[in-house]
Amino acid sequence: MTLKLGVPSKGRLMDKTFDWFAGHGVNIRRTGSEREYSGAVEGIAGVELVLLSAGEIPRELAAGRIHLGVTGSDLVQERIADWETRVVALEPMGFGYADLVIAVPRCWADVDTLDDLDAAAAAFRAAHGHRLRIATKYHRLVREFLREAGVADYQLVDSQGATEGTVKNLTAEAIADITSTGETLRANHLKILSDGLIHRSQATLFKARAANWDGAAHDSFRALAARLGLDA
Amino acid sequence: MASKAEILAQAERLHAFFRNAGADPVQAAILQPADTLLDLYGEDIRARAYVTADAARGEQMLRPDFTVPVVQMHMQAGGDPARYTYCGEVFRRQERDPNRPNEYIQVGYELFGGENPAEADAEVFALFSEVLSPLGLRAATGDIGLLLAAIGGLSTTPKRKAALRRHVWRPRRFRALLDRFGGRAPVPEARKRLLAEIEAKGGAAILDAAGPEIGLRSRADVAARLETLVQDAAEPPISAAEVELLDDMLSIRETCPNALAHMRDIAVDLPAIAPALDLLEARLEALEGQGIDVDLLDFEASYGRTTMEYYDGFVFGFYAETRPDLPPVASGGRYDALTRILGQGRAVPAVGGVIRPELVLALTREGGQ
Repeated sequence: MTLKLGVPSKGRLMDKTFDWFAGHGVNIRRTGSEREYSGAVEGIAGVELVLLSAGEIPRELAAGRIHLGVTGSDLVQERIADWETRVVALEPMGFGYADLVIAVPRCWADVDTLDDLDAAAAAFRAAHGHRLRIATKYHRLVREFLREAGVADYQLVDSQGATEGTVKNLTAEAIADITSTGETLRANHLKILSDGLIHRSQATLFKARAANWDGAAHDSFRALAARLGLDA
Repeated sequence: MASKAEILAQAERLHAFFRNAGADPVQAAILQPADTLLDLYGEDIRARAYVTADAARGEQMLRPDFTVPVVQMHMQAGGDPARYTYCGEVFRRQERDPNRPNEYIQVGYELFGGENPAEADAEVFALFSEVLSPLGLRAATGDIGLLLAAIGGLSTTPKRKAALRRHVWRPRRFRALLDRFGGRAPVPEARKRLLAEIEAKGGAAILDAAGPEIGLRSRADVAARLETLVQDAAEPPISAAEVELLDDMLSIRETCPNALAHMRDIAVDLPAIAPALDLLEARLEALEGQGIDVDLLDFEASYGRTTMEYYDGFVFGFYAETRPDLPPVASGGRYDALTRILGQGRAVPAVGGVIRPELVLALTREGGQ
């Protein structure tokens, strides 16, 4: 069958993805009108370009509806349970960098590490009657990270945007969010815990284990991988 | 693979066994309010339980176990003593291993109140042992109460003891704390700098310089913890001898009588565990009275430390040694503290356990082949 390559359908992530492939000798481009989500891969037979929202690419990879996909490693690890059994990270692509970090108010002079966060959470819960709230949209990654670190007495509250504002708005005491320069965190009087780096994300080319890897799909993949210089 | 009807028939047999032992059958709603469970278990429960929601009631969970609703029911209306049995589905998300069932039957027996905790522990264990006896399972036992007593007996501050008690259920974190309090792990550089700064300028100056006060965690909260850090830094480390005693105790894996003798030796230097050892001894006598051969019964001091954090006394589990791939066929323990949390100030001694009938059925068939 045709090898389906899922790429982000808009914005900087799309442009950089196209640039990366072009830089590796594979021209991919959108076809049709500006608003039409269709595309083409030049020079390699049997590869179909599928334009998708970057956030949906993990789901499509996990289900095997696309063979390959470009998206942030943070999204794959957050949205696919046990991601390593479902997809293979073929190649980090060197753009779309973002760090998922835990940040707390700068006025917490007593808190620098996860160890401190845990102790502060215990005291906070005793004093305020509820668990210390951490606002995030990365529930799985944050929960696994904090469990691994043995942090207790916290709870996650969902925040799909403007997460840095939740502390000031009193809907959370701390946050876990992506940052590239830390500028927004600083502007909102937050600081990153010294051991609070959960995941260093970048755009990555993934391969779906569950896709239909018949002869034709496999041949197209070999040809594409050779052109991209992947040892796959 | 057994059909659901076969599993239900097996469950009913176990349920009838507990009813005949004098337990009242009770039910619990499948949808449980999420906030109670979340407050109790923390975020980990989200990874284990199915969460759903509606606009009127907010977040609900498909019951991950019966313990919480049964405790709530008892705290509202129960007599003393009271024995309950239940039988029904519990739901657990399986993100790692799709071969593990996400819905299975639990049959449970819970005993609330009574005069004598050792007798109550023994009664529950003996019932499980009896109903499971045809399967030839290995029983493991432990006692979280002993660990809590040992922590209470360390020569250190109440705050350090509270921190260790809080992490009994997170062995790695517990180890890190013990290493720090015992002076075996160095004080982190950032902490050293902070302490030096507090000494040089005072806590208030540090707070003034730290940035605008935002969020619910107030300046007073931060100041209080700075004070705690200063006090803690002035404390001498927990002595190497005491850390060694605790390590020795945590590593005990012997038959019950040997474990008891071993811990009696430890109690010479750590007398705070003596009352908990008396309770263990009374429990062993009560178990013998119930016909259990305690000379063959295993005791693991660290048993129960990686399960959900509500057992605070006797803990037990039954395992099929020929099938290490299976979860425990039955497990249980004492959870007095949970009744205090859910009873809004009132507490009742409570001990109980659950069996998974589909595992009983599978092992019965294996044994028959």
